[in-house]
Amino acid sequence: MLAGGQSLVPMLHMRLVRPVALVDIHRAADLDFIEFTPEGESVRIGAAVRHADLLRHPVLGARLPVLREAVAHVAHPAIRNRGTAVGSVCHADPAAEMPAVLALLDGEVEVLGAAGLYTVPADAFFLTYFTTVLPPEDVAVALRLPLPAPGTGQAFMEVARREGDFALVGAAACLRLDADGRVAEARLAFCGVGDTPVRAREVEAQLAGTVPSAAAWREAGAAAAAHLEPESDAHASAAYRREVAAYLAARVLEAAHRRAEGAFGADGRGGAAG
Amino acid sequence: MNPAVHPDETLYEVEVVVNGERHVRRVEARRTLADFLREELGLTGTHIGCEHGVCGACTVLLDGRAVRSCLVYAVQADGADVVTVEGVGGQLPRGRRVTLEDGREVVLNPLQEAFQEHHALQCGYCTPGFLISALELLRENPDPTEDEVRRALSGNLCRCTGYQNIVDAVLDAARRLRAAGGGPA
Repeated sequence: MLAGGQSLVPMLHMRLVRPVALVDIHRAADLDFIEFTPEGESVRIGAAVRHADLLRHPVLGARLPVLREAVAHVAHPAIRNRGTAVGSVCHADPAAEMPAVLALLDGEVEVLGAAGLYTVPADAFFLTYFTTVLPPEDVAVALRLPLPAPGTGQAFMEVARREGDFALVGAAACLRLDADGRVAEARLAFCGVGDTPVRAREVEAQLAGTVPSAAAWREAGAAAAAHLEPESDAHASAAYRREVAAYLAARVLEAAHRRAEGAFGADGRGGAAG
Repeated sequence: MNPAVHPDETLYEVEVVVNGERHVRRVEARRTLADFLREELGLTGTHIGCEHGVCGACTVLLDGRAVRSCLVYAVQADGADVVTVEGVGGQLPRGRRVTLEDGREVVLNPLQEAFQEHHALQCGYCTPGFLISALELLRENPDPTEDEVRRALSGNLCRCTGYQNIVDAVLDAARRLRAAGGGPA
């Protein structure tokens, strides 16, 4: 199944995959949509939507800041002009940004199979490196990403050797504050530190109800990194990745908190801030 | 040979407009747009470096957006409008007239002028891709910062490592275009 082809075509050229046939869906106009659900609780992104379309969308970046920040890290402009968000999720590179965003938000993948449409939640979608639960005969047609509740801040950051490279480590956070400024809900996800995107669920649970502070973010980052089991490769050692993960986790939690506070700011509307 | 991996040699008709000129050819489904431009149309200005989307030398405009022509199949470009480095001159306001070594006279655009004056090309292999990427940047952002230029060009590799002069040239081209009063055409 070929959409943007920015991962599959290189794999074809290197003879890493030898499919009997390729089906190109990039002209499927009914898969080219970015639409907010009627209740406004989530956004659906069709399989023909390219990364550049997400960045160019007039309101999506403001409604879902973590998506905008993550997509800006996806490769280079000419790759973003072709590559698709759904394709990136299906390719399931554990160092890629889009799978981590899907995991962070507890998004869903909408799939068309022989028996009709069904959805797969993010935590059941990724199996291991470049492998998802998607059967070869089924087609992912859209992503469904929940939008942040009022009072939520989000952030995505990554460390890579060069601009546009896959992340050595990436981290994403969502933080929702209650009326007293305490953490109502925290979410933290990583890419580049395992065989799938990783959620730090224990740390998320520990943060709930706590009073925000710089020390809390540092401790949360260190605790989350301690649970990770990254691999060493030519680009970075496992120890370095764990160290970077701790640092990035603290940074994204801090940034998400600052934005959540801003969301309760002067205009008092309590919307999600970028 | 295993029929499952035997190449499909069926020919498919592809109609494209390249640098304003319409072309129709019949090609195999596996022919990349880069090979199509070079071998079917003889437009060898589009260079092929890595053939897996890393180096950026083969970047062209496809329906107005910069893409790696080595990662697009020619059949996917059927019906599309393509601009290669051979057509880049007409994508911006006209600048200075220069005489080439063979006596031909050509009109450079401000981006090409800036590349020449800043020595933004050494061996020249990467230059077509840099020009296309810079063209897309200047269309979207007529007043980029140095950091924005570097990010926009981060997907183009120069193995001569002449990045500083390339960045200087793009910043200067942006200034020239703003001074000329019109952005890119």
